[in-house]
Amino acid sequence: MIWRIIIMSIFLCVLPATLATAAPQTESQNIDSRAKQVGLALRCVVCQNQSIEESDADLAKDMRQIVRQRIENGESNADVIEFMRSRYGDYVLLKPPVQRNTYVLWFFPFVALLFALLWYVRHVRRPEKAEPVSGLSEEEKQALNRIINEVKK
Amino acid sequence: MTWKGAIPLIAFLGMCLIFAVGLTRDPRILPSEMIDRPVPVFQLSSLTEPDTLYSADDLKGDIVLLNIFGSWCVACVQEHPMLIEISRQNEVRLVGIDWRDTRESATRWLAKYGNPYETILFDETSQLAIDLGVTGAPESFLVDASGNIRYKHVGIITPEVWAEILLPMIQTLRASS
Repeated sequence: MIWRIIIMSIFLCVLPATLATAAPQTESQNIDSRAKQVGLALRCVVCQNQSIEESDADLAKDMRQIVRQRIENGESNADVIEFMRSRYGDYVLLKPPVQRNTYVLWFFPFVALLFALLWYVRHVRRPEKAEPVSGLSEEEKQALNRIINEVKK
Repeated sequence: MTWKGAIPLIAFLGMCLIFAVGLTRDPRILPSEMIDRPVPVFQLSSLTEPDTLYSADDLKGDIVLLNIFGSWCVACVQEHPMLIEISRQNEVRLVGIDWRDTRESATRWLAKYGNPYETILFDETSQLAIDLGVTGAPESFLVDASGNIRYKHVGIITPEVWAEILLPMIQTLRASS
C-alpha cells in the first residue's frame, strides 16, 4: 500500500510537468530538428567539405535561414532539399544521388570486389594440379642403370 | 604472356590520367543550374531608394548583366573599373545585386569607386543570391530580354572575358531578337 502511494505521488508530480512542456514544444522542436536534418544533408557551397549545419560561413547561415523558412511554410524535407538542388546542382547534396553519372561512383567498388574474388578463386585458390608424371624413357632408364652400376662398383 | 606484366603499368597510367584531370579542375566553379531558366521570382528594395521595390519583371525588356557585389568583397574592387567601362559602352543594362551588405557601407563604397549600375538591388539576407545559386562575389549573369538567364560568369569580369565572351553573346542575343 505504501509503495502504491509513493509511486502514485511520483507519477502525479511528474505528470503536470510533462503535460505543460510537451505540447508547446513539439511544433518548434519539430521544425528545429527537421531544419537540422535538412541542414546536415546540404553541403556548404563555399567551404565544400562541411554541411551548412556545421559551417560558420555567412552563406551557410543564410542557407540555414532559408531552409527554416521553407519548412515553416509547410514544405517537406525533400522539397527543401530539391529546391537547393535546383539552385546549386547535385553538388549541394552531401550524399550523391544514385543516377546515371554516379553509377561508377556507387557500383565500381562492388564490381572491383567481384573481380578480386574471381581472380582469387581462379588464380590463388586453384588446386595445384600434380605435374603429369611421364615416367622415364628407355634411354633414361639405361642411363640410370649405368650410373647405379657405376656407383655399386 | 608478357602483356600481363604491363597491367600494373597500365593501371598506374590510367590513374595518372584521372588525377591529371580531377586535381587540376577548380572545385569552386560549379556548373550553373540556372542556364536557360528564368530569373527566379524576387522582391528586393533598391539600394539607393529603400522604398522602391523591384521584381523579376523589372529585368525584362532588354538584355541585362546582373552583377553580384558587396562592399566587403575584395575582388569586386578589382573588377570595378571594368564595370565602369561596360556602363560607358552602353551595350547592356548593368544591374547590381548588393549582397550581404549594409546600405551605409555599400553607399560609401560606391561613392569611393563610382557607381556603374543602372539599378542596384539590395539583397541583405541572400534571398535572391541563393535563388540564383550564387557561391561568391563577384559573379555575373547575362539575362536576355525575356528574362531568361543565358550565361553565368564566376569571378572577375576581365577585359578579355568582356571582349571575348560577354560582348559577343550580347551582340548575338540582340541580333536574334
